[in-house]
Amino acid sequence: MKVLAAMSGGVDSAVAAARAAEAGHDVTGIHLALSRNPASYRSGARGCCTIEDANDARRAADVIGIPFYVWDLSDRFHADVVEDFMDEYAAGRTPNPCLRCNEKIKFAAVLDRALGLGFDAVATGHYAQLREGPDGLVEMHRAVDDGKDQSYVLGVLDQEQLRHSLFPLGGSTKAEVRAEAAERGLRVADKPDSHDICFVADGDNAGWLREKLGDRAPNRAGPILDEDGAEVGRHEGTFAYTIGQRRGLRLGRPAPDGKPRFVLDIEPVAGTVTVGPRERLAVHGLRGERPRWCGAPPARLRGTVQLRAHGAEHPAVVTVEGEQVDVELLEPAYGIAPGQAAVVYDGTRVVGSATITSTRREP
Amino acid sequence: MPADPHDSLRDPVVYLDHAATTPMVPAAVDVMTRHLLEVGNPSSIHASGRHARRVVEESRETIAQALGCRPGEVVFTSGGTEADNLAVKGIHWSRQDADPRRRRILTTAIEHHAVLDPLTWLAEVGDAEVELLPVDGEGRLELDALRASIERDPASVSLVSVMWANNEVGTVQPVEEVVAIAAPHGIPVHTDAIQAIGTLPVDFAASGTDALSLTAHKLGGPYGVGALVVRREVEVVALVHGGGQERDIRSGTIDTPAIAGFATAVELAVKEQADRAAHVGALRDDLVCRVLAAVPDAHLHGAPLEPLGVHRLPGNAHLGFPGCEGDSLLMLLDARGIECSTGSACSAGVPQPSHVLLAMGCTEEEARHSLRFSLGHTTTAADVDALVEAIVPCVERARPAKRP
Repeated sequence: MKVLAAMSGGVDSAVAAARAAEAGHDVTGIHLALSRNPASYRSGARGCCTIEDANDARRAADVIGIPFYVWDLSDRFHADVVEDFMDEYAAGRTPNPCLRCNEKIKFAAVLDRALGLGFDAVATGHYAQLREGPDGLVEMHRAVDDGKDQSYVLGVLDQEQLRHSLFPLGGSTKAEVRAEAAERGLRVADKPDSHDICFVADGDNAGWLREKLGDRAPNRAGPILDEDGAEVGRHEGTFAYTIGQRRGLRLGRPAPDGKPRFVLDIEPVAGTVTVGPRERLAVHGLRGERPRWCGAPPARLRGTVQLRAHGAEHPAVVTVEGEQVDVELLEPAYGIAPGQAAVVYDGTRVVGSATITSTRREP
Repeated sequence: MPADPHDSLRDPVVYLDHAATTPMVPAAVDVMTRHLLEVGNPSSIHASGRHARRVVEESRETIAQALGCRPGEVVFTSGGTEADNLAVKGIHWSRQDADPRRRRILTTAIEHHAVLDPLTWLAEVGDAEVELLPVDGEGRLELDALRASIERDPASVSLVSVMWANNEVGTVQPVEEVVAIAAPHGIPVHTDAIQAIGTLPVDFAASGTDALSLTAHKLGGPYGVGALVVRREVEVVALVHGGGQERDIRSGTIDTPAIAGFATAVELAVKEQADRAAHVGALRDDLVCRVLAAVPDAHLHGAPLEPLGVHRLPGNAHLGFPGCEGDSLLMLLDARGIECSTGSACSAGVPQPSHVLLAMGCTEEEARHSLRFSLGHTTTAADVDALVEAIVPCVERARPAKRP
């Protein structure tokens, strides 16, 4: 197969490209330039679009022995991921830009262009496993390495995208991948993992949002209320809060029962943040929209849902009606924020995902 | 491990990127390798040093002879970028020292980054006011704009810098007319002739310019060496301080082997200039005609092909392919062993739309749809045939791959 390997400059995508080449595929490496201002060397927090990363990817491609190019997708990335991230925060939701990037950039813009150019598949360093199911469809399963499993951020891929994807690392642990990188002479073998949002250079999400949101509503000061509507503190902008957050609330008045309080609700337009006790955070059900299914959409499924990256699995009954996804949680979940994706699993298999639009606190 | 297409055992490539760099001529390789085995710092006083110095000075004389300047006017540098930096900063600073009113530097919007970036820097640090003069749709400086700009306040102009020929679209600039406009006001003119030496007839003295940049690796010499030819009467403030080896304008141990290879390449390039231009020009014309015939909506950017070497570099073919991303097309051709360029500046390998095409009035979209094929002394008819054969399937492939 002709394979396009997306190479971020990190160890995972380098080993993925090397494995694809070793498997006998005709591999071409590309680095996606996603930042409009790539002339920034970053220290500390790591992302995936600095000049240094592009050079690391290039050197890995040299060692593997594959051609290498840089594709500039900064405009698409800005429109589809960065602006969406700001808009979602502005609306009081908590988006996951990595899912969005996989859906709109890596497995859409890049994949489309690759297929157009005569490639058969795109390979990435994501930790997830693809295998053929009994019905001939490609199934996506969790990775072998629980700690690194990235099937959650890939839960937006449909069958067509999965059919043209390769995840050569899904059967390995991170430790194995690092060891293999060192064996292969890839200089990025001990490069630190990236954890932060790649376009927030210093890892300070709140500071970044504060600057980008300007004087939009979620960046205006307002009251922090308790459940009875009494003001218990002030905030500098609702965008800096996430449902389930406990730290950094700086409440003036302690709760009558003396117990810690958590963010229960965010109203960006009214400019209010509501806090309350932990038990009020319990979510018993949720609703999702914009579903993306890896195969045929299920009508009703008893499985599990994962509600944030590296989050726990929650047993659930999922009911699908067109664009509407209802999730009945069999045990309450805490700190669930609209905007995050609910990824539905059947065992280790990813069934699909939906973006959480509302949660239900009544049992 | 799969074979790297760029290993030495690879299939022969069709190299159509001579404006980026061109193969060394065997005579220059011979001379250079011979001197690499000899010891001797040209600044040393003993016999080995004197021998090395003699090689350097003979090289200087050879280059001076070929370019129509005096040997003492050749200042060796590490290449074209250093020569351009030395010219625009060094001459501007000395002119400003002599008269603080001289704040303005006039140049074209299509200069190489080796000129534009030092000028931008001078403006940023508050040392100069830089005016980027417009070009016409073929990429030629608008002389009226230059004239008007100078006449607005001649005493405030420190320097004019206009390239001899553009590196991307190959348009030859009216350097003679620029000198005719600037000289009566006593304003010095620098020209970046990096693409021109060996492909166009260039005579420094006859050109009337005050400083001229060239580099070895674009004309069959080695990397890492070049020169600023600068009239003896022109004061230049040094950028690199140290031993003062080159006229006290440029310090650093003189690279004898590279300079010897450089001189051999310049001598040969200038001697063979007319023949090379005819050879390369005929192949280039053939390439353009056949590609335009094969891809009907493709078009040529820049100045007309004819008469040969008058309006356009003989080896330059800059073509627009509507609906095709230039970088997709480049990648598809590369996979078939055909090497060309999008002609645009790269930082971190990220293609930016060409400032040259934008200055010529292209939209960003049009600028992204372009490729530069540049032919040189090793180009053959078979290279052109290979491109003509590959271009149609590659264009067809690149079209649906256009970024939506």
